[in-house]
Amino acid sequence: MADIKKYPTPMLDVLEDGPWPSFISGIKNLRDNHPDERINNVTNGLLGQLEHSYETKMGYWKGGTISVFGYGGGIIPRFSEVGDKFPESREFHTLRVQPTPGNYYTTDMMRKLADSWEKWGSGLQTFHGQTGNIMFIGADNDSFQHFFDEINDYGWDLGGAGPCVRTAMSCVGAARCEQSCANEHAVHRHLVNNFTDDVHRPALPYKFKFKVSGCPNDCQNAIERADFAVIGTWRDHKKINQDHWKAFVADKGVEYVMDNVISRCHSKSLSLGEDNSLIADESNCVRSMHCMNVVPKAISPGDDKGVTILCGGKRTLKIGDLMGTVLVPFMKLETAEDYEQIVELAEEIIDFWAENGLEHERTGEMIERIGLVNFLEGIGVDPDPNMIAQPRNVSYVRTDGWDEAAEEWFNRKREEKAAS
Amino acid sequence: MSKPQMREPIESGCPDGFQYMHPTMRRNFGMWDYHEDTQPGVMVHVAKNGDKLYTVKAGTQRILDVFTLRDLMDIADEYADGHVRFTIRSNIEFYTDHEEKVQPLVDALKDKGYAVGGTRNSVASISHTQGWLHCDIPGTDASGVVKSMMDELYDEFTNWNMPNRVHITTSCCQINCGGQGDIAINVQHTKPPKIDHSLVGNVCERPSVVARCPVAAIRPAMVDGKPSLEVDEKKCICCGACYPPCPPMQINDHEFTQLAIWIGGNHSNARGKPTFQRLVAAGIPNNPPRWPEATAVVKKILESYKEGARDWERINEWVERIGWPRFFEVTGLPFTKYHIDNWRGARANLNSSTHIRF
Repeated sequence: MADIKKYPTPMLDVLEDGPWPSFISGIKNLRDNHPDERINNVTNGLLGQLEHSYETKMGYWKGGTISVFGYGGGIIPRFSEVGDKFPESREFHTLRVQPTPGNYYTTDMMRKLADSWEKWGSGLQTFHGQTGNIMFIGADNDSFQHFFDEINDYGWDLGGAGPCVRTAMSCVGAARCEQSCANEHAVHRHLVNNFTDDVHRPALPYKFKFKVSGCPNDCQNAIERADFAVIGTWRDHKKINQDHWKAFVADKGVEYVMDNVISRCHSKSLSLGEDNSLIADESNCVRSMHCMNVVPKAISPGDDKGVTILCGGKRTLKIGDLMGTVLVPFMKLETAEDYEQIVELAEEIIDFWAENGLEHERTGEMIERIGLVNFLEGIGVDPDPNMIAQPRNVSYVRTDGWDEAAEEWFNRKREEKAAS
Repeated sequence: MSKPQMREPIESGCPDGFQYMHPTMRRNFGMWDYHEDTQPGVMVHVAKNGDKLYTVKAGTQRILDVFTLRDLMDIADEYADGHVRFTIRSNIEFYTDHEEKVQPLVDALKDKGYAVGGTRNSVASISHTQGWLHCDIPGTDASGVVKSMMDELYDEFTNWNMPNRVHITTSCCQINCGGQGDIAINVQHTKPPKIDHSLVGNVCERPSVVARCPVAAIRPAMVDGKPSLEVDEKKCICCGACYPPCPPMQINDHEFTQLAIWIGGNHSNARGKPTFQRLVAAGIPNNPPRWPEATAVVKKILESYKEGARDWERINEWVERIGWPRFFEVTGLPFTKYHIDNWRGARANLNSSTHIRF
């Protein structure tokens, strides 16, 4: 431990009180008790600058351009604008590192990462940032390459930063959730690892995000945040264990069950039989999950599992928040060919967007600008009524290709029937 | 002098998670039957073959130091089975297939100052962004806001008091990378950027900056003989979109950068379709180190929700049932002209019916 002159932190000190774990206490612990003098100093500088931000209500980091040898992105450069006041943390870059789908770790691997990080960096990290990456916060110009080389040797790679395919995210999934309808692991890795070049070398119009949720509860916010959202679902009947269901009714009473399950079904497809059995109108089940969220022991997804794919979700910048829209109502994901099919769809979308997207335009904004139909034609996907909430309501539309379009629809239906 | 030999990266991409999973997870991958919530923060998942896996969830400070990380790993080894996972809201989950380990694990976490909870109908850990600690464009801090609020909401994290789960998010600029939440505390700038015309020409790629503006309020201009950019301040919506590509267009301000609170964002397809959050309160001072004004509004909303919502209703569903006029009535928040949408598609947010509650 170094005998250092500590920057005063009266405002930050207030954040050490209270029952929730304090990040300030953690950073101070590095400053005061870490055996490496370099870490004592860098965290001292960080606390000094953060206190300065709290006092003046302004941020003092600026970006730049750095990356590791061979890559163009993956690191968030941070240079201090008040480096003369707090020189110890003048360079304080973040390395974005891709976790596994679902964010699994062993304690041994965590300790190995911690050992590498304290050898080269500040000793501060986040599991995980909003991008889904492990954030190793605080490496200087001389150390980030060494840290990357070290962890890259034992299996970790940088994530995306800038206009590129970004690090993907997946829920806990089939590893520990009875509602999982997909192998999130396989979907996630097939997709993002097909685009490692596009992850490491930013050359797209803007960011492109894959997110995978194993069921419509969408724990990964995929519809609201991903350009390519993969959501597990099923197309046969959900499974009802009537014994467990009746036990649930006996335990809670009919009134509770009516108020909290039957009447809350979004598509009104549930009713209670005279013997308290659960009756489901399966053709009107929209997979809105409520019944199985309330009674997971009695109700489960069906056996014919697959995924729904939505495209174009994003947050505010630039035209406002957009949800993804349905592109593929159902895709089976079992065989190697199935996985090839989903990867090819992602390639089609990224290629089309790379050609047609404007600078800094997300897929959702491009679809908004050119219309969903132009996008569908561009990527070779046929229109489907599951893509819309309702048909258009303004009569100003040219329909002189109607007969051909109707013919195509009937042909497709005939082919589907023949195939099944 | 020869160049130093650089190491070629191994482009391994996203690693395989199976190598780090608890063996009971690997064995039962895709074969789980149901789960039960045995106490706040604790779940037991039961596989079709009868295997059981216990999960204990704890809130963390997200910005972890290596000491805390090792402390958590020691707990995972001593009281669980050496396998962990982090959730999307930066909670850590510990796993064991030994029921007798669960309570000692919960107790150990509590003893060491971690919050056990965040499951089922609780206020989950607040998802947050980088803030003053590390972002290049922040209007406020993130970790400090979250720490302050979670101190006040600690009992809501560790208990099942809410009608359904509550996801709170924070964002330190109007890009809102914190995401949608049942309650979102987001920066709201209230004045146009202050432009340092001496720097714009050298620092900013001016056409890109012009293109970035959502309302076309920026145009190229010569100022004091130098190429710069000017902002039509009547059109400007003070969003700050120009600031990241052009730092001399400073949007952050110690006084005019404020906070706004939005409610009803819900990413799930459970019951209704996913929803976006809606503005309910603005003009909240950005007041470090504890942001008491923002926390007070959040607590007031939570109190009204807890009081008025039915079981399983998320905040958006509760407001949909009782109507927006009553929401403003029960929370005591003012309704203003700023709540009335004028962005594209705004008409969809107006009431074109006689459905009115009296």
